[in-house]
Amino acid sequence: MSTADATVPTADRRSRWQQPTTWIAVAIALAVLIGLYQLGTREITFGTDVAPDAALKWDWAFVLSLVPDMLNGLSVTAFATVYGFIVAVVLGFFLALGRRSSVRWISWPVTAFIEFVRSTPLLIQLYFLFYGLSSATSFRLSSNQALIVGLGIHYATYCSEAYRAGINSVPRGQWEAATAMNLSPGTTWLRVIIPQAIPNALPALGNYLVAGFKDAPLGFAINVTGLMFFATTIRAREFRPIEPFLMIGVGFLLVSLPAAWLIRRLERRISYDRI
Amino acid sequence: MTASDSANGTEIDGAAAVTLRHVTKAFGDNLVLDELDMDVDPGERVVIIGPSGSGKTTILRVIMTLERIDSGSITIGDQPLYHMPDGTTPANEKRIREVRSHIGMVFQHFNLFPHMSALENITLAPMKVHGVGRDEAEDRGMALLRQVGLAQHANHTPGELSGGQKQRVAIARSLATRPAVMLFDEVTSALDPELVGEVLTVLKDIAEEGQTTMMLVTHEMGFAKEVANRVVMFDHGKILESGTPRKIMEDPDHDRTRAFLKAVLAH
Repeated sequence: MSTADATVPTADRRSRWQQPTTWIAVAIALAVLIGLYQLGTREITFGTDVAPDAALKWDWAFVLSLVPDMLNGLSVTAFATVYGFIVAVVLGFFLALGRRSSVRWISWPVTAFIEFVRSTPLLIQLYFLFYGLSSATSFRLSSNQALIVGLGIHYATYCSEAYRAGINSVPRGQWEAATAMNLSPGTTWLRVIIPQAIPNALPALGNYLVAGFKDAPLGFAINVTGLMFFATTIRAREFRPIEPFLMIGVGFLLVSLPAAWLIRRLERRISYDRI
Repeated sequence: MTASDSANGTEIDGAAAVTLRHVTKAFGDNLVLDELDMDVDPGERVVIIGPSGSGKTTILRVIMTLERIDSGSITIGDQPLYHMPDGTTPANEKRIREVRSHIGMVFQHFNLFPHMSALENITLAPMKVHGVGRDEAEDRGMALLRQVGLAQHANHTPGELSGGQKQRVAIARSLATRPAVMLFDEVTSALDPELVGEVLTVLKDIAEEGQTTMMLVTHEMGFAKEVANRVVMFDHGKILESGTPRKIMEDPDHDRTRAFLKAVLAH
């Protein structure tokens, strides 16, 4: 027996937090979040000195002069989307747990809240957060904050359903094995159920991130100076809708496509063999 | 490293390892355990047989607390499982966890955690439930993997293992907490025929040590004859008859038993 032991692989005893790649990934994520915050919370106005071709022909010089402003608008929209989605994935998880709770006075209100928010339009929720809240209480949200909170709560209800489906897709046998091993409820959730439920939920969560990004222009209605605000400002001033609206279409593509690609990579990376 | 330190048993006191008294369990209108009385002695190896739907798997599941009983009592050693030590007050979750730590179970479909390596599957409970340090848990886990002949697969996930290998890892996992009572629920039924032998060999090793109380639901009659002290024939939620493997297999008292064994041995 002991001679064979030499060929036996030893377990990697370093935990995930002791590996440099984890820290590099965390550092990049933090840098992106801080950068987005810095860019997205600036005071932004849109204007260009280039007068467009009066003959209403496609004017490349005009387009080029609009690029910096478009990127400014994009930074605001991306900032609100990313921070709103962080609210959504965190809050959504707790909503999913609340809805699953065996205590009725937790699960019923949570279920009612989820159904209410899911069945009412985001636009109305944004109006309520921005105008309604400040008129009824002394609590006032800025345009950006209202959009982040609105997107966050709205998509949290969708994310909670994705989590719920992910949790339900973990086979019964996994719960039973956890019971047979006498694991505590906390260990069962953290080590057994969540690591299997999250990969199951990830494709749906990724779809909601992209969907939330596409819903972020609704912030225009509460004066968020994002992509939509940029395009309508230019259109109103120069009477030229074609260039700015095509540009923000491209702007959305520039973010959505890489995001979808990143999500697919993440799915592959944290997937496991389902047995 | 020998097998001996793997299952020297959590200490349980009492004359019997498992005692069931008037245990009744129904799923809707379907009565699966009917006022069942049963005793299993410490170190005894009981094979439970019976037609499907006779309640044999449910016995293991109520002992493991995967199903709650409708009435009656179950005692592990001298500790009531569903009741506080006074024997009448219903047990709380803390109490059930305490008594449950003496029991281990191996499932028909393995139920390994697919996102963990074989070794992580084995070390999880000792580390999280019994507070064993990582290094010691891994040393013990590797010893268990050697015992079931899978040390070279320690870092493989269940998806990379064959059915027989998965079941051997699952057995090692349930041995890792050194339970006094081990429950085996048709552990070879989901395996391809050529993989059954390797799992039965592991079970025979545990049986030969003689310290672990084993309750096995199985249709492997040859295996039952070799390892069991007693074979219990179940029918309609009750014990139809019980005796040594030789007695049950060669000279059963009941025609139902005779017919059942004939059907099982026919294939």
